[in-house]
Order: sequence, then structure tokens, then C-alpha cells
Amino acid sequence: MEHYLSLAIKAIFVENMALAFFLGMCSFLAVSRKVETAIGLGIAVTFVLGLTTPLNQFLVEHLLAEGSLAWIPGGADVNLSFLSYLVLIGTIAATVQVVEMVIDRFAPALYGSLGVFLPLIAVNCAILGGSLFMVQRDYDFAEAAVYGFGSGIGWFLAIVALAAVRERLKYNDIPAPLRGLGITFLTVGLMATAFMSFSGIQL
Amino acid sequence: MSKTSELVLDPLVDNNPIGLQILGICSALAVTTKLETAVVMTGAVLFVLVCSNVVISALRTQIPGSVRIIAQLTIIASLVMVADQFLRAFLYDISLQLYVFVGLIITNCILMGRAEAFAMQNKPWPAFLDAVGNAGGYGLVLVSVAFFRELLGSGKLFGVTIFQTVSEGGWYVPNGFMVLAPGAFILIGMFIWVVRSYRPEQVEEEFHVGALLEPGYQGDLR
Repeated sequence: MEHYLSLAIKAIFVENMALAFFLGMCSFLAVSRKVETAIGLGIAVTFVLGLTTPLNQFLVEHLLAEGSLAWIPGGADVNLSFLSYLVLIGTIAATVQVVEMVIDRFAPALYGSLGVFLPLIAVNCAILGGSLFMVQRDYDFAEAAVYGFGSGIGWFLAIVALAAVRERLKYNDIPAPLRGLGITFLTVGLMATAFMSFSGIQL
Repeated sequence: MSKTSELVLDPLVDNNPIGLQILGICSALAVTTKLETAVVMTGAVLFVLVCSNVVISALRTQIPGSVRIIAQLTIIASLVMVADQFLRAFLYDISLQLYVFVGLIITNCILMGRAEAFAMQNKPWPAFLDAVGNAGGYGLVLVSVAFFRELLGSGKLFGVTIFQTVSEGGWYVPNGFMVLAPGAFILIGMFIWVVRSYRPEQVEEEFHVGALLEPGYQGDLR
């Protein structure tokens, strides 16, 4: 249990997807003008990350890893791990599509607020990044679930914090060439510096 | 300027994918601690972007609109697989340093962005030029950020010592902040600042204090 808690803390704060690994930057910068939309996108990302990371772990372990196809005659020395990119992104795109349809059918109100973000998520690098890190670090199924969910929460916190700062920045007199993207980058730089104080924390 | 050169030159500064279109930022920040990785990454993106733009543009009438994102992703993912296997075979050390970021070219927004915005509507030749221009603009930012990060962060360029650091008996105290994640954000912010100071037409119209006094101002003061 302690191991999982430590993994979650690591995923949320120490190795924050957005601020330490720069993942999901495009939507992080583009959709952080308002706190409300930032919360919507953050929830969607957390949900999809928490779902696809363990799913991909399952597929990689039971289909792609060397020797995982031993149950098929002659499959013992098949190594399909070079196909992993295709499988990972396929799973993510398909999951996003299914989630979109399910939410649309059963929770129309939620779809109204979340729906526009779902197609954006298929190409959010944070989602694919979660799966790639999971493959690289050889997480097992439970670890993958904790890691996926944790890094989603970390991304959520980061985008909401940035949106809150940007809402305030709107009312400041910023030098013209820095307005918009420039000042946002500097803000994120300072936020990332602050998040570095978490490094080294272990439970 | 002719149409051809415009397609290539426009994304370099005037419509830079990183500075203006907010595309492909993740990798721009992550692989720029050293010039070498930045150059290799630019090469990989150039290869994948050119191939994917040409292929998607050649297939643009065949891809049904409703599944186009998955179709585009499949094409891009296959090309990234080729690039990744190539790097592992011939540049193994660098491929280890690039970590997961070669795989993340798949979701690099430049690829999807150019596929959606350009390749789906244009013939293969203009799509090819557009890809070269955008990969060039991406590479330009990547290399200039990496130049400063490596020079200021470790006193080297391409691994060759330029400023001898204190730990090696020289005079230069390396600025460790440049090598860390936040340094990259601040450098890109500065880069945008410089570009937009020379190109005032790129400035985003956001709030300026005088607007409060203008008649018909709709916002609120919180």
C-alpha cells in the first residue's frame, strides 16, 4: 500500500506531467484562459489517463512483450514490441471515442461541458506519455493504474493553477510583445521552479 | 515572393509553429538541454512531417471525414516507428537520451495540426513544401533554445567545451538553472519576446490599461 501511495505522490508532484516533463503543453497553454474550461479539460485528461494507462499495460504485457504469445504454437519467440507505438495510440484513440459515446448516451449534461475536449485528448501528449513511461519503467497492472491516475491529477492541478494565474494576468499592463503566449511561458517557468521544491520527496 | 518560396519561408519566422501557432511545444522544451539531441530531434520531425504530409495529402480524397483522426494517427504512428527503429539502429546513444520523446512525435501537435490545417486540403507538392517550412521553423526554435541552454548550462556546444567550467579548472560557473525544466520555459518566453519586439504585428491583443477608459468597454474589473 505504501508503495502505491509513494508512486502516486511521485506522479502528482515530483514528476508532474506538465511542469517537469512538459507533456500536454499544447492544450495546457491553449485551454488555460479560464478556470472553468481548465477544470473541464483537467477532469477529462485525468479520466482518460487513468483508463488508458492500465489498459495499455495489459495489452503490452499480454500481446507485445517478448514471449507473451507463447500460448500460440510457434509463438514463443515472437517479439512484437516494435509495434507498441501503433497499439498504444490505437488504444488511446479508440478509448477516447468510446468514452465520448458513453458519456453522450448516459450523461448528456456532462457531455455538454466535457464533450468538446474529448477529441482534443486523443492527441494530448500527456496521455501517450503516460503509456510510454509505463512501458519504459515496466509497471505492473496496479502500478500502471495508480501511475496513470496520479499523473492525471498532477496535470489537472497544474492547468487549473495556471488558468487561475492567467485570469488575474488579464488585468495587468504587460509589455506588448510579451502579451499572451510570452508572459504565459514565463509564468509556467516560475510555476515549474516552485514545483521543483517537491523533488526528492519520498514516502 | 512566389508561392513556392512563401510556403517554405512563411512558417520560419512570420508564422512559426512554436512561437505563434502554439504547436509542438512539449518536445521543444524537453530535448533542448543539448544541441546534439535538438538537431537529431529536428531531423526526426522533418522526416515524419514531410512523409505524413505527403501521404495524407495524397490520400485526402480517400479518408472519410468521420474517422480521419484515427487514419491520420495510424499513418503518423507508422512513420514514427520507422524513425524510432532507425535511430535505435544507427544512433543508439542519442536515442537513449531522447527517452520517450521520439515516440511522442506521434502526438506532436505540429503533425496533426499541419495534417488537419493543410494536407487535407492541398495537393502533395504544396503539402511537401508546407512540411519542410514548418519543420524548419520548429527546428529553428529548437536549435536556438538548445544553443543557449547548452552554452549557459554546461559551457559547451555539441559537447565541445567553449567556456571552461570551474569544476574543470576554468573560469565559468555554469548556470544550472538553464539545464532544468523551468529554464526552458523562460528561454522560450524570452525568445517570443524578442521575435515579437521586431514583429509588432504578431502581438496578441489582450488587455491594456487604457481600454478601461474607452467608451463601450465591456469587461469587468476584479
